[in-house]
Amino acid sequence: MVKVSPIDLFPAIAKTQKLYVPDGSQCSGMELHKPFKEWKADKNAPCEKVRTPKDFFFPQTENLMAFKREGKTIEVIDTREEKEDFVIFGVRACDVRSFAILDKVFLADPVDTYYKNRREHATVISWACSPEWMRETCFCQTFGIDCADPEGDVAAWFDGSFFYLEAKTEKGEMLLDRIKDVLIACDEEPVWDLKTAIYTAKKELPLAGLTTDGFTPEKMMEYFNSEKWGELSEACLGCGSCTFVCPTCQCYDIRDFDTGHGIKRFRCWDSCMYSDFTKMAHGNPRVSQLERFRQRFMHKLVYFPANNEGEFGCVGCGRCLSKCPISMNIVKVMKALKEGDNR
Amino acid sequence: MQEIMKKKALTLLADGTVTRVLGWKRGDFVYDITPAVFETAEEVETAFVYNAFCGSNLSKYLVKESRKEGKTLVFLKPCDSYSLAQLLKEHRVNREKVYVVGIECYGKADVEKIRDKKGASIIRSVREENGMLSVRGLVDADASIPLYEVLLEKCESCKSKKHPIYDELLGDEGEVVEDCNRFDLVARLEAMTPDERYEFWRGELSRCIRCNACRNVCPACTCEKCIFDNDVSGVAQKAAADSFEENMFHIIRAFHVVGRCTDCGECSRVCPQHIPLHLLNRKFIKDINELYGEYQAGADPDTRPPLVNYTLSDAEPSIVHTRGGKDNG
Repeated sequence: MVKVSPIDLFPAIAKTQKLYVPDGSQCSGMELHKPFKEWKADKNAPCEKVRTPKDFFFPQTENLMAFKREGKTIEVIDTREEKEDFVIFGVRACDVRSFAILDKVFLADPVDTYYKNRREHATVISWACSPEWMRETCFCQTFGIDCADPEGDVAAWFDGSFFYLEAKTEKGEMLLDRIKDVLIACDEEPVWDLKTAIYTAKKELPLAGLTTDGFTPEKMMEYFNSEKWGELSEACLGCGSCTFVCPTCQCYDIRDFDTGHGIKRFRCWDSCMYSDFTKMAHGNPRVSQLERFRQRFMHKLVYFPANNEGEFGCVGCGRCLSKCPISMNIVKVMKALKEGDNR
Repeated sequence: MQEIMKKKALTLLADGTVTRVLGWKRGDFVYDITPAVFETAEEVETAFVYNAFCGSNLSKYLVKESRKEGKTLVFLKPCDSYSLAQLLKEHRVNREKVYVVGIECYGKADVEKIRDKKGASIIRSVREENGMLSVRGLVDADASIPLYEVLLEKCESCKSKKHPIYDELLGDEGEVVEDCNRFDLVARLEAMTPDERYEFWRGELSRCIRCNACRNVCPACTCEKCIFDNDVSGVAQKAAADSFEENMFHIIRAFHVVGRCTDCGECSRVCPQHIPLHLLNRKFIKDINELYGEYQAGADPDTRPPLVNYTLSDAEPSIVHTRGGKDNG
């Protein structure tokens, strides 16, 4: 275990690579990570209202290629950006797990080279949760996430004076090696104390008892045909808030934009809640909001784990709980489906 | 109030006046309330809720509910009933299928403001009594916070406590609020130079994630198919190919609801990115008031909206240049 003062840590990293840190001063704007300028303890803490960091790897919009026509020839232009190595500091445990979930989709065959390019250039430093950041909407433990001991290339704990760092991957070790001049060797005791405080607070949260029990592939048809969906989806506005604030939602659409001088082909986030999602020649395969709503939750709770060794498509970050305009969310869906089980 | 409303719902369900009740359903916490349709006494008894967090406007749901068999009882706060009056004017809701119970309202609370005020990240419970909220966090002592300090943005400049439309009222009926100050921020924006104003809006709108929550919650947006969802329209996009487009989405939408927006404020309430979208609509309302005479959409079912009603004294198109032109900046 090593420790380092924030005054030394951030400039040391920023000297070697581009560094993004949380910017809590912009909470209301939901901007999470900004290029590092200076360290301020009260400003550089992750806050609940943050935008998901999935943008780093899967941006809201991304130009894929461009076409230009001259006479009878069409030129295809690769518009991929050159990416340099960068470091994201202060990703919370739930969000770090979401990267692993996105990897299962984008790095599976066929590999998404746009995503891979970004992912390979990034080093992720996670930041253990703190009782002050927890909300009643938190339920990461439901998906086996330990917010006191987050994943990532490097895990960080902060006791108010020092950051305690632990490399978890080779990339993380390389990063710590690059900044070894500012690191101080220390024992693990302060981190134990921090962890204890996190576990104590976490136990008290109202969703502490929520589990994924019962959400197994065998239940697929039973849950799919559950009577509960009508009631659950009744008030759904069909907007994309839940999908776009979600760190694990990964659906996208590819569209062409006529610039007047040529065509820009771009991809952008898409939402299964939208009426034109996966639209085919005959229309949308899911004609009602009930079906679209059901798709989103069945995907996260049943289909995704069935296809990915039991990994659920949710990390319990709670963003959809606080952002849904009508306060309908995955927790209410899980509870309602389980309630049906007990009948 | 909740108990009085429940009793009303149960009575009207029991005597067959209505077949269903449109109200609010309790969630896991005190504030995560969902609009819901109740069809049985049991559902009303167990899940119906009315408290400081029932900020959502139920009027738009009546477009769907009023097409069903039988009557729907709906509980509307004053601002919500403006939306219904406007929907009726546009023939989007079948009046005969709706039983409107107007309910008194002293403003609804924003849980994020309560968090900030109490300085607590976890909210266990909130009790409302005589305009005071008693808030319990996880560990610390209860805090007593006046409701008026933690109002939803839309309630901060409440325009009316009077219901333009109802079949029955529960609680006290109020008056139109004459000095609600809702145009103060608009006036501040107008006082900026065009460049400053442009920067302001580019900054705010740059946060848009194009989730469409503002459009989908808007009681004035009831088109069967929105042009932005219509692939054939040429403007259908889920995100912007370039950043200026995103801005256009909001401006076009604001234009589309001009003279029909009742200023219910739902667009800003639901925006996950905290974009003050209501200011676009209020700018149009202020302009209409100044150029065509005072007009409040949804205030009554009969008055012709200024923009579809030609009079000789109407503003000439050149007004755009005179008032907003660069020369003026």
